[in-house]
Amino acid sequence: MTELVQQLINGLSLGSIYALIALGYTMVYGVLKLINFAHSEVFMMGSYFGFFTAVGLGIEHYESIGQTFPLYYAFVVLIAAMAGAALLGVTIELLAYRPLRNAPRLAPLITAIGVSLFLQNLATLIFTPNPRRYPAIIREVRYELGGVVVTNIKIAILVVAIALMAGLHLLVQKTWTGKAMRALSVNLDAARLMGVNTNRVISSTFAIGSALAAAGGILFGLDQLTIKPTMGVLTGLKAFVAAVLGGIGNIPGAAVGGLLIGVAEQLTAGYLSPDYRDAITFVILIGILLFKPEGLLGVVRPEKV
Amino acid sequence: MRRKTVVVAAAIVSLVASLAFTFGCKNGGGSQNGPGGSGGGNQTGEIVIGHYASMTGDTAHFGQDTDKAVRLAVEEVNAQGGIKGRRVKLVTLDTRGDATEAANAVTRLIDVEHVSAIIGEVASTLSLAGGRVAQRRGIPMVSPSSTNPAVTAIGNNVFRVCFIDPFQGTVMAKFARENLRLTKVAIIKDVRSDYSIGLAENFRRAFTQRGGQVVAEQSYSAGDTDFSAQLTAIRDSGAEAIFVPGYYGEVGAIAVTKQRLGINVPLLGGDGWDAPDLFRIGGAALEGSFYSNHFAPDAASDRARRFISAFQRRFGSEPTGLGALGYDAAMVLFEAMRRAQSVTPATIREGLTATRNFEGVTGRITINAQRDADKSAVVLRIRGGRAVYETTVQP
Repeated sequence: MTELVQQLINGLSLGSIYALIALGYTMVYGVLKLINFAHSEVFMMGSYFGFFTAVGLGIEHYESIGQTFPLYYAFVVLIAAMAGAALLGVTIELLAYRPLRNAPRLAPLITAIGVSLFLQNLATLIFTPNPRRYPAIIREVRYELGGVVVTNIKIAILVVAIALMAGLHLLVQKTWTGKAMRALSVNLDAARLMGVNTNRVISSTFAIGSALAAAGGILFGLDQLTIKPTMGVLTGLKAFVAAVLGGIGNIPGAAVGGLLIGVAEQLTAGYLSPDYRDAITFVILIGILLFKPEGLLGVVRPEKV
Repeated sequence: MRRKTVVVAAAIVSLVASLAFTFGCKNGGGSQNGPGGSGGGNQTGEIVIGHYASMTGDTAHFGQDTDKAVRLAVEEVNAQGGIKGRRVKLVTLDTRGDATEAANAVTRLIDVEHVSAIIGEVASTLSLAGGRVAQRRGIPMVSPSSTNPAVTAIGNNVFRVCFIDPFQGTVMAKFARENLRLTKVAIIKDVRSDYSIGLAENFRRAFTQRGGQVVAEQSYSAGDTDFSAQLTAIRDSGAEAIFVPGYYGEVGAIAVTKQRLGINVPLLGGDGWDAPDLFRIGGAALEGSFYSNHFAPDAASDRARRFISAFQRRFGSEPTGLGALGYDAAMVLFEAMRRAQSVTPATIREGLTATRNFEGVTGRITINAQRDADKSAVVLRIRGGRAVYETTVQP
């Protein structure tokens, strides 16, 4: 029983990282009907931005003298990485997708794969392919409750993920930008005719999605200890599956899908075999596409002919 | 619209031009090293030896440290006038820790660089990939530190200067059973690594033969970053130690996850732990763990101390055990070349086969009938963030 609870806790914290990344996929899809395959690399880059901000703030010095990194510095790292990734996301949209706005849908999709490969190789070149130990921007504290171990890092992952998702929900439901995003997702041309500056709304969608991915990147580094330029490939793919599982284009769906994928992966690794931990995600993908292609929380919209 | 077409056309032209330039250069470089160049079976000019190693990637420490040591050996032999009056030239190619790349690297060393002999790899899976190519092409290869038995079983061109896993697994099993007096042990192995699977298998056999019990067996795949599911499953198994025959990156992460889950038992491991990054990643979570290795810097012979200080002078860091084996591999190879009448792949192979009681940094090296080295192993204990000598186990 304690083992099951432990596996569930670890699965939830892994899943909330997937959820943060999945939100970026789903938001962009909702607005542009584009699967932004470069998103997994934005996640990786965000993680590196956090890494270098922490190093720039002298975390190695704090670690060497055994002192805790100040908590507000941890926030600086988070904000800097999110801002850097937002800028990267907006730039990608501006350079790679905007020129193809009216092209057939396949063109931006292939461009997205190209951008993904470009960023991955660029990171390999600049950051070297060697894995790096992620600096402990939060000092780890362990709590034990009836045999179940929880660390403050796992709690922080959940808290940060939930806070960011709640913030996103408010933004989408309560602000003008959010209303515009929803309008774009229904009909981009109609929104433009109503006077919405579509390019600006699309840019902010990319900025927000990328910032959330960067937050996921930092949490990933804290939880999994090492980062490398290829870290985005599998994690990004799993987050994409999470978005599909929840219903692509649906924001609460991405959150639910992420958590489900994380838990499924952890339970498979713990009770079936760790060799199937990656396979289970894609088994789920095949299952959902066969039986409920619109996703768990997705709605079927009749295709206009 | 027209402007766009022009831009696209310009992009295509520049792309084609750059490709042509790259390939043109490659061909030019190739022909310079072609017939009439150095290496191969030539009897004059430089002796070219190849080294293929993971200079980058998940096991970059293995490749970089081994390459430094091989380089040091080459510099020393050239400072003494080379071999038979000929300078030795080292060509190193990166495998990125990937088996396909390892096979490609060996092919390139033979076809493009025309090497007389090859040193490499550290990881058994990569030595198996590269060794098959070397065997097929008849070029002798010395693996410094691949311990899976299958490596030298490839054929008569593949040698090694280290012990093999049936022995290494026994060393740790014997140490756990007799020195630490453990009865219950769990195992976590890397299912993508021939080294890890072999070592786990040999450890299990030796440990159960001595009356011990393996209470849980879990696995992961190289490159995994999350080990909490496996360790959670092990936590309630009653294991007094966990045997992790993997490579340092994953071992470090496993140690930290183990600590996070509140599992207070030591980890046991093999020579795949041997890299400074083990401590960078694992930190304090590794305290009190043990691993078997080829040599202990703090209990070294005079020969080894000379190597350590030369290495430190040259590169400003302390060599790992795998580095020491790289140095030994190169020196055994040079010795074989000196013994041979002429420097051809066939005579080098004969020279390697005849290696007896060579005084290496990692101990006395004799190449046996299976082209493996019979050597003793040391067990190291992790204390105060470094590995210190615990005991020696004879074969």
